[in-house]
Amino acid sequence: MRNIKRKLFLILLTIIASFYAVGVAYAQDGQPGYPTDDDVNRVAKKLYCPVCPNTPLDVCETKACEDWRAQIRDQLSEGWTEQQIMDYFVAQYGERVLAEPQRKGFTSLVWFLPLTVVLVGTGVVYEILKSWRKQKKVTVDARPIPEVSREMLEKIEREIRELD
Amino acid sequence: MIADIGLVALTIAFLFSVYATFASAYGGWHNQLTWVESARNAVLLAFPFLTVSVIVVVYSLYVLDFSLAYVYDVSSQAMSPFLRVTALWGGQQGSILFWAWLMAGFVATVLLRKWERDRELMPYFIATAMLTTAFFVGVALFITNPFMRLWHIEGATELTQSLFQPANSMPYFPEDGGGLNPLLRHFGMIGHPPTTYLGFTGFVIPFSFAIAALITGQSRGDEWIRTTRRWTLVAWIFLSIGLILGGRWAYDVLGWGGFWGWDPVENAMLMPWLTGTAFLHSVMMTEKRGMMKKWNMILIILTYSLALFGTFITRTGVISSVHAFAKSALGPAFFAFIGLTFIGSVTILYLRWDTLRSEHTLESFISRESAFVLQNMLFLAITFAVFWGTIFPLISELVTGVKITVGPPYFQRVTGPLFFVLLLLMGIAPLFAWRKQAMRALGKVIWIPFLASLGIAIIWGYIHRMHPASIIGLWLVTVTLSLILAEFWKGIQARRTTLSENPFTALFNLIGRNHRRYGGYIIHISVLLIALGFIGDANFKLETQGTVSSGESLTIGDYQLRFDRLRGYPGSDGREIVEAVTTLSQNGETIRALNPRRDYFIVQEQPVTVPGVYSTPGKDVYVLLVGWDDGGQSATFKIYVNSLINWVWIGGLMMIIGTIIAAWNNPYQREMTYVLKPGGLSSHPLLQEG
Amino acid sequence: MMGQLPTDEQEVQPPPTADRKRVGIIVTFALILTLLGLLAWGLKKAQAGPRESGMAPDFTITGFDGRTVTLNELRGQVVIVNFWASWCPPCREEAAYLEETWRKYEGEGVVFIGVDYVDTEKEALAYIEEFDITYINGPDIGTRIAQAYNIQGVPETFFVAKNGELRGVHIGPMKSPQLDEKIEELLAEQYP
Repeated sequence: MRNIKRKLFLILLTIIASFYAVGVAYAQDGQPGYPTDDDVNRVAKKLYCPVCPNTPLDVCETKACEDWRAQIRDQLSEGWTEQQIMDYFVAQYGERVLAEPQRKGFTSLVWFLPLTVVLVGTGVVYEILKSWRKQKKVTVDARPIPEVSREMLEKIEREIRELD
Repeated sequence: MIADIGLVALTIAFLFSVYATFASAYGGWHNQLTWVESARNAVLLAFPFLTVSVIVVVYSLYVLDFSLAYVYDVSSQAMSPFLRVTALWGGQQGSILFWAWLMAGFVATVLLRKWERDRELMPYFIATAMLTTAFFVGVALFITNPFMRLWHIEGATELTQSLFQPANSMPYFPEDGGGLNPLLRHFGMIGHPPTTYLGFTGFVIPFSFAIAALITGQSRGDEWIRTTRRWTLVAWIFLSIGLILGGRWAYDVLGWGGFWGWDPVENAMLMPWLTGTAFLHSVMMTEKRGMMKKWNMILIILTYSLALFGTFITRTGVISSVHAFAKSALGPAFFAFIGLTFIGSVTILYLRWDTLRSEHTLESFISRESAFVLQNMLFLAITFAVFWGTIFPLISELVTGVKITVGPPYFQRVTGPLFFVLLLLMGIAPLFAWRKQAMRALGKVIWIPFLASLGIAIIWGYIHRMHPASIIGLWLVTVTLSLILAEFWKGIQARRTTLSENPFTALFNLIGRNHRRYGGYIIHISVLLIALGFIGDANFKLETQGTVSSGESLTIGDYQLRFDRLRGYPGSDGREIVEAVTTLSQNGETIRALNPRRDYFIVQEQPVTVPGVYSTPGKDVYVLLVGWDDGGQSATFKIYVNSLINWVWIGGLMMIIGTIIAAWNNPYQREMTYVLKPGGLSSHPLLQEG
Repeated sequence: MMGQLPTDEQEVQPPPTADRKRVGIIVTFALILTLLGLLAWGLKKAQAGPRESGMAPDFTITGFDGRTVTLNELRGQVVIVNFWASWCPPCREEAAYLEETWRKYEGEGVVFIGVDYVDTEKEALAYIEEFDITYINGPDIGTRIAQAYNIQGVPETFFVAKNGELRGVHIGPMKSPQLDEKIEELLAEQYP
C-alpha cells in the first residue's frame, strides 16, 4: 500500500511541476511596438507612486505618475532590464517605491517575524493542549454514574448531538 | 438659530453620558440599585438628545446653511439632496457625531429590553459602554465640533472657525461650499460608512458585557455570552457588509480594476472582523462545553481594541493611506483613550483570570474542540500578519529612518497559506465530533469529496493550462463546498427516509429546525464564494492598455474592444464629462456597447474615472478611458478581465441571508429544555435559546 | 469532574499556572506599551510640520548642470532653499519670481538652491529651461533632503540665516515682495 501511495504522490508532483514550465516562458522585447503600455505597466505594477500614499504606479493618474511611466518607457526602449529600472527608482526616490518589501536588512523582519510567530505559536498551542490533557488524566477517577444504562446514555447523546 | 439647538442638545447628551458612567459604576460597586436605574434613565435620555444634534446637522446640510463650517466643507449647491444628507459622514466632525450617535443607540436599545435577567452585569455594562460613548460624544463636543461657525474678524485675511462669536467679528455666509470629495459621490457613500460604523460600534456591546462579566466574577457562567450572542452577530454582519460594500465602491470609482488593496485603513477594518469571527465561533465552545472562556475574553478584548485602533489610524493619519481624513486635533485624545482601553481591559482580565476556569478538558487531539483551537490560532495568526504588515512601515521609519511600503505581495503571500488552511478547516471541522473524532470514521466520510475534487481540479487545470497555485485554489473551493453541501444532503436524506418528505420540504424543514447550524453552513458557503472571487482576482486577471484610433480595436483574451468615437458634455453635480463610445465583442461577435468616461469636477479640480463594465457570472470586462488626444481621433484605454469577481458580491448577499437565518429566533428549539445530571454526558445541560 | 479529588488537582495545577500567568501579563504589558510608544511617536510625526527652527540640516546636492554645493560651506551667506517639482502647478506660479529675485541679489551674499523633489530628469530640465532658471537645481536623491526638512508638500521655501540657523519656512508659492522682504531681513543680520 505504501509503495503505491508513494508512486501516486510522485506522479502528482510531476504533473504539478510540469505546470511551472508553462509559466516561465514569456515573450520579451524584440517585438514591434516595444515597449507597449503593457510592458510599462508590468514594471510599474511593482512600484508605488513616490508621492501619493499607497497608490500603485500603474493606476495612479497624477501628472507625476504619468512622468514616471514615461520615464520607464524611455528606459525600457534603451534596453534597461526590469531590475535595473527598479534599482534606479529605489536609488532616486527611496525604498518606499517598492510594492514588495526587500528581503534584506531591517526590512527582512517584515517577512521573518510572522513566520517565527507562527512556528512559536504552534509550539505554544501544542503545549497548552498537552497540559489540558494532563489535567484530565489527574481528575480521571470519577464517581460511578448513577443508574442510567449505557444504551440509554448513547441514545441521549446521539439525539443531543443531532440537535446541536 | 438651529445650530444652537444642536449644540445644546449635544452638550446635554454629553452630560447624561458622563453621569450614566459614574452613576452605574457607583451603583454597582455599592450594590445600590437606584443609582443603576438612574444611570439607565440617563442613557435612555442621552440618545434622543444626540438624535436631535444629528437631525440639526443633517438639516443644515440639506438646506445648505453655509455659515456652519462643516456644511461649508462638505456640501455645495451642485450636490443633490441625497448626497447632501450622506455628507453627514463625509467629514471628520460629522462622522464622529454619527459614530457617537450609533453607539448610544446600541446601548439604549440593549437597555430598553428586559434587563432584569442580567441585573448583576448591568451596572458595569452601562459603565463600560457609556464611558466609551461619553468619550466619543466628548470628542464631538470639544474637539471636532460640527456646529462651529464661520466668522470674519475685522481686518483678518482669513476666516475664523469658532463656536461662539469672537470679538470684533461678523458671521460669514459663503455663497457656496467646497462640496463633497468627488470620489465620495457614489451610492457606496450611503452604504459603506454607516454599515462599517454600525459594525465597529456594535462591538461595544459584547465588549462591555465581557468586561462586566469579568468585574463581577460572573464569567464563571456563560450568562454574558448567551445575552450577547445576537448582538455580536449583528455587529459582525454589519462589519462584513461594510467590508464588501467598501470593496464594491472601490471597484466602481477608483479605476484600478480591483476591490481590495491591502491599504492600512482596509486592514484596519479587516482585523477586528477576523478576531470577531473567531470570537463568534469560539463562544460556541463555551456554550457547548464550557471551555475556551479565556480565549473568548482575549478575543473580544482584541476585537474591540482593534476596532478602536482602526478608527484611530484612519482619523489621525498616523499610518499614511489613501483613505485618510484631513488632519485634525483629535489625535492625542484618541491616543489617550486607546491606551486606557488597552491597559484597562488587560488589567481587568489579569486580575480575574482565575475565574475563567474551563469546565471540561480536551480529550483528544482530533476533536471538535481541537478544531476550534486550531481555528482560533489561524485567525490570530492572520490577524497578526496583517497587523504586522500594517504597522511595519512605521516601525521601519522609527528604527532606520527609511520609509518603506508594505504592499499586496506581502499580505497575499503571508496570509494566503493561512487562509487556505482555515478554509479547509471550515469544511472539515463540522464533521468532527465533540470530545473525540475517530480518524477512521472521518476518513470514510471525506475521502470521496477529497479525491473527487482533486481529480476535477487537476483535469480542469490541465485543460485550461492553469498555474499550480490556482489549481490548488480551485481544489480548495471544490472540496470545501462539497463537504458543506454533503451536510445538507445527509440532513435531507435523513428526513426523507424517516419522514418521507420531498427534497424541498425536507430542505426547508431542515433549515427551519436548526437555524444556527444551517444558517452557519450557508454563511460558510458564502465565504467560499467570496474566496473564489479573491482567487480569481489573484490568479486569473487579465489586463492590457493601448492607444487606438477611431475604428481600431484592442484585444484581450478572446475579447475585442473597438473604439468608435468620443463625446463631451456637461453632467450633473458640476462636472464636465468626456465619454468614449466603444463596442465590445467576443470572438468577433458583438456583445454590447460600453461607455467608459472621465468626469472632471470643475470646482474641486478633480477627475473621477467611471469604467464601462460588462458583467457575467464568470467575469467582468472592465474598461477605463485613460486618455485621449485633443482632436478626439484616438484614445487610450485600459481593459481588465476580472474573472470570478461577481462571486464576491453574490457571496456577500448570501452571507446576509445566512446570518438572518442563523440569528432568527428558533421557537422549536426553545421548547427543548433538558436538565441533565452533570458529569457523564457529553454536553452542558441545555438551556433555552437566549 | 468538578470538585473531585481536590487534593490531587490542587497539587498538580497551581505552580505552572501562576508562573505562566505572571510571564504572560508582563509580556503582554511590554508589548502594549511598546505599541503605544510607537503610536505616540507616529502621531507626533504625523502632526509635525516642516522644520522651522534650529540649525538647518546639512546636505550636499549635485545640480543637473554638474555643479555641487554643500549647505554648511555657505556660512556667512543667506541661503534660500526651495523645494519644487515639475509636476506641481503652484510651483510654476512662483518660478519666475524666484529667478527674478535671484538675479537681483546674486553676488550680494545670497545663495539660492533649488531641490527637485521626486521628479524625472527630462521634465525637470524642461521646467528649468522654460523659466530660464540660473541658480543651482538638483534632484533630491532618495528624498533624503526632503525628509530631513520634513516637507509636507511642494512648493516649500526655507530661509537659512548667515549663521546656518533656520529662520522659518514658507508653505506654498511665494508672491512678491515676500521673498525680497525676507532676504533683506536676513542680510541685515550681523555675522559672525
